[in-house]
Order: sequence, then C-alpha cells, then structure tokens
Amino acid sequence: MSLLSASNLTVRRGGRAILDDVAFEIAGGALVAVVGANGAGKSTLLNLLAGLATPDAGEVRLDGAPMASLDRRDLARRRGYLPQSPRAEWPIATERLVALGLTPHLPAFGGLPGGLEPRLTEALAAWDLAAQRAQPATTLSGGELARAMLARVLIGDPQLVIADEPISGLDPSHALDTMTRLRGLAADGKLVIAALHDLTLAARFSTHLLALRQGRLFAFGPTPETLTPALLRQVFDIEARITGQGPTALVDYIGLSKA
Amino acid sequence: MSARRPWPGFVLPVLAAVLLVAVAVASLFLGRVNLSPSDVIAGLSRPRDSLAGLVLIELRLPRAVLAILVGAALGLAGAVMQGLLRNPLADPGLLGISNGAAVGAVIAIYFGLQHVFPLATPLLGLAGAMIAGALTFAFGRGSTLTLILAGAAVASLMSAFLALALNFAPSPYAAYEMSVWMLGSLSERSWDHIALAAPFILAGMAILATMGRAVDALTLGEAQAESLGFRIDRVRVLTLLGVGLSVGAATSVVGSVSFIGLAAPHLVRPFVGYQPSRTLLPSALLGAMLLLVADIGTRVIHTNTELRLGVLTALLGAPFFFWLVMRLRRVAP
Repeated sequence: MSLLSASNLTVRRGGRAILDDVAFEIAGGALVAVVGANGAGKSTLLNLLAGLATPDAGEVRLDGAPMASLDRRDLARRRGYLPQSPRAEWPIATERLVALGLTPHLPAFGGLPGGLEPRLTEALAAWDLAAQRAQPATTLSGGELARAMLARVLIGDPQLVIADEPISGLDPSHALDTMTRLRGLAADGKLVIAALHDLTLAARFSTHLLALRQGRLFAFGPTPETLTPALLRQVFDIEARITGQGPTALVDYIGLSKA
Repeated sequence: MSARRPWPGFVLPVLAAVLLVAVAVASLFLGRVNLSPSDVIAGLSRPRDSLAGLVLIELRLPRAVLAILVGAALGLAGAVMQGLLRNPLADPGLLGISNGAAVGAVIAIYFGLQHVFPLATPLLGLAGAMIAGALTFAFGRGSTLTLILAGAAVASLMSAFLALALNFAPSPYAAYEMSVWMLGSLSERSWDHIALAAPFILAGMAILATMGRAVDALTLGEAQAESLGFRIDRVRVLTLLGVGLSVGAATSVVGSVSFIGLAAPHLVRPFVGYQPSRTLLPSALLGAMLLLVADIGTRVIHTNTELRLGVLTALLGAPFFFWLVMRLRRVAP
C-alpha cells in the first residue's frame, strides 16, 4: 500500500502561480478524482504527483521518500502515467505498444525476455485486445487505443497510477468501462489519481475528490461529503443538483451561477 | 498500412549483413580496371608483388572500408534522428553538422592547406562539424523543437559561409576544387583517411546504438517516455553527440552524401513492424550497402569527369523521395 503526500506545492510561470500551496495526503486503495475548471492547474498537479516535473516550492513524497530522490527507473516501475489524449507515433503492433510499459523492467538491449511474454498475453486478454494484438496501433479506434494505453500503463503493475482525463473523447460505454477498471484497481489497493470532467462519473466511481480553483486546493475529502452543490458553485461557477450517492449518483447542471 | 507480420528479429540483420558482404566483395572486382577473381586472390595473398595487389590494397580496399563506415554512420544516424523526432522525413543533416563539416573542409581548400598537409581537409572538416554541433547544442537544448530549429539555423549559417568561401575563392581552380569536394567522393581516399575518421565514426555509432529503448519509448510521445524512466533532454544531447561524431567525421572525409540517412531507415521499417529500435542495426547495414552500391556506380559508369558520389546518391534519392510522398499521400487520408 503506497502513500502519496504533497506539501506546499507551488509552481509559477511568468510571475503567475499555476499551483499555489497545494498540500494533501492519500494512501493506496483510493480513486481520487481531480476536478477543476480549465486552467485550474489539474495537469500541472498531476505532472508533479507523477514526478515528471519539479515544483518551484514544496515537494511530493512517495512512501516517505521525496520524488526528486527516487531513481527514475525505480519510479517508472512504481508509478504509471497516462497523459491527455495519448497517441502512437509509429504504426507498431498493439502488442508492442502495450509491451512498452515493461520498459523499466528490461535490460538495456534485446527483445522482451521470454518470462514476460505470458504477462503481455494476459494484459492483452484482460483489456479485450487479444484480437487487435497484431493490428497497427495507429489504426485502433478511439476506445481500443484508450484501452491499449491503459494496458500499457498497468502492465508493469505500478502501485500509483496517474491519468490525465482518461475518459475524454470516449463514448459512454467505453467511459463506463474505463472508470469501472480504474475503480477496480483502487479496490486492489492501488492508488489511482485521475483528472475528470464528467462529474457524474466522478461522483459514482471516485472514493475521494480533489477540487482545484485557480491553482489552489479548494477541497479534498471523501467524494460523498465533498461533492456538493456549494462546491460546484464555487469551483465551476455553476448551479447543479446532485441526487443519489455512490453508484446511482447524478450530477445535473442547471445553469451558470449569477455572480 | 497493412498489418504485415514483422520478420523475426534476426532475419533482417543477417540478410542485410550477407548482402553487404556480397556487395563489398563485388566492389573489390569492379572499377576502371576490372580484376578477375584470380587477380584478386593473388593480389590479396601477395599484395606487394603485383599491380593487382597494389590496386586492391591501396585503392579498392580502403574505398570499400570507408564506404561501409560512412554508409553505416549515415544509416544509423538517420534511424536515430527519425526515432527521436518521430518524423519520417528527419535526416542527419538537420542538425547542421554536415554543413559545418563542409565549411571546415572548404576553408582548408580555400587556403590551399591540403597541398601542405594531405589530411588538412578532413581535420578542419571535423573541427567544423564539432563547432556546428556545439552551436546547435548551445541554442537548441530545451526541447526537441528548439533543437531542430537551432539545427536549421546553424545549417543555413554554414551554407552562407560555404557560399561566401565560393564567392571569394582565391582562384577559379580553388572554387572548382571546393564545389567538387562538396559533391562528395570516395576516390583518392587512403588508409590515413580511415585512421583519422574511424575512431570518431565508431565512437558516435556506439553512442547512437544505445538509443534503442529510448526511441521505442518515444513512440508514445515525450511525456510517456519520460514517465518510463528516460530523460529526454539527455537523449537529445546523446543523439546530437552521436550524430556529430559519426556524421561529422564521415562528411569530413567523403564530403556531403545525401539521402542515405533518410532512405535507409524507410526501406527497413516495414520489415521490422515499424518498431524504432529494430530499425537501428539494419539501417546501418543497409546504409553501408547503399553507399557501396552508389560508389560502384560512380566507378563503372564511364564518364569523362568522375561522376561524384553525392551527385549519384542525390539522383537516385530524389525519385525515392517522390515515392515516399506518393506513399504518404496514399496512407494518410
């Protein structure tokens, strides 16, 4: 069970604070939905949490060790990262794309060691990609590519998974499928942190909610208590009605708030 | 793009290596004076006794070795550049290094240094390549885009210097010598040239050969490659260093040779399932073979003045470029 903690995270660009004094702590077994308006600093925060960027102030610790002190290969084995709308730049076979997730486990030269081949087959089957195994990744449909990319992130069995808008551009069934899988990872004890724009899916699937407003941590806590009409008014400037809880929750947008 | 099954890992390198050896052996027989097999065997066994032996040991063999070194450097550098930039049109010349080498060599010819000291041209060429590489590095680190923009700026600055040198050439003969040098050639290259260039070419290729995993990871874009444990800034610097050493030294010795670095990775890619790391070794072997074939071409095509190597590769390469454009047009919607 891994533990991620952020303290005093601050990032400045051209005199403006993109992230301002963000601090929180979360242990494995949670699916954290990061929400906020466009430009609120979600992607910047996820980059810091993934150890891909260094803050101007503050630090991120994974299991007590500062991100900056971790060996990159070791970190790559323990943390999976999925950026916004990832794509394949060459028409390599889907199985090769998924196998790239094993890179931090491989020696500097040579192909995939035989011992890892079953793991690849398993991952392809688990993500319903067995039929697309030899298909060039550039010809996959949006849903298939999203599954392949998630399979790529998860094949190395990381304890911490960071995904930036993993369901943007997916149709309802693929979005539901992806959220179900992410929640399943959390149930297995992993820590999943995902930026989400679909608040209904966030309400249904996330265990925790982290709301950013203009670079500041506006709220952080268990989703049922944290996701309220008052929060949506202040974070998104919208009036919303929230009905139900857990798997039946529904977030309905009524209109823009009157300032 | 068909879902053609890539060949098993060892097939293409072995096939390319066998072909390369065959072409290299053929290159020993062919030239202004065609040697019979018995001449070649006799020449190789008793090199000092016969004219054939002299032709072989002092002319054909160094030429073949140099063609292999230079072609392999260009092919490998092209494959790594295309992998780093994820752009099929990338070419080792993009970093300004080949033009830098040409400026150095042309300066040597400008001052007539090659008549004082035969290796002055390649030595100054190497210096030019290193200066161009350092300029590209100084202005271009930061991101892959700035690296390419800096490379383009350095390349055009170096071509301005080339034009300047031609403009103020001390004599028409010097101007002629400079422009002919720029067309590239493997003729009149000795073992001394190889001894000078080989350490740099091999060192650069050794650096480039370690980039396989990195260019594979870059298939997912820079963010995901970083997340897999690679430092892309270091990958860029190593690529620049590897290309600078190998292509810089290659260009200093033989002049500008286009298209090998662009074409070799392309010809290889469909057979290895487009996986960038698997293009590296076959591209080097194929680059060496293409350059050997082109050099044989310059020897067996009889013309009054020597048909220059760079001219021939450009003539053969341009139709390839058209084919590439047609193919991209067919593949892309």
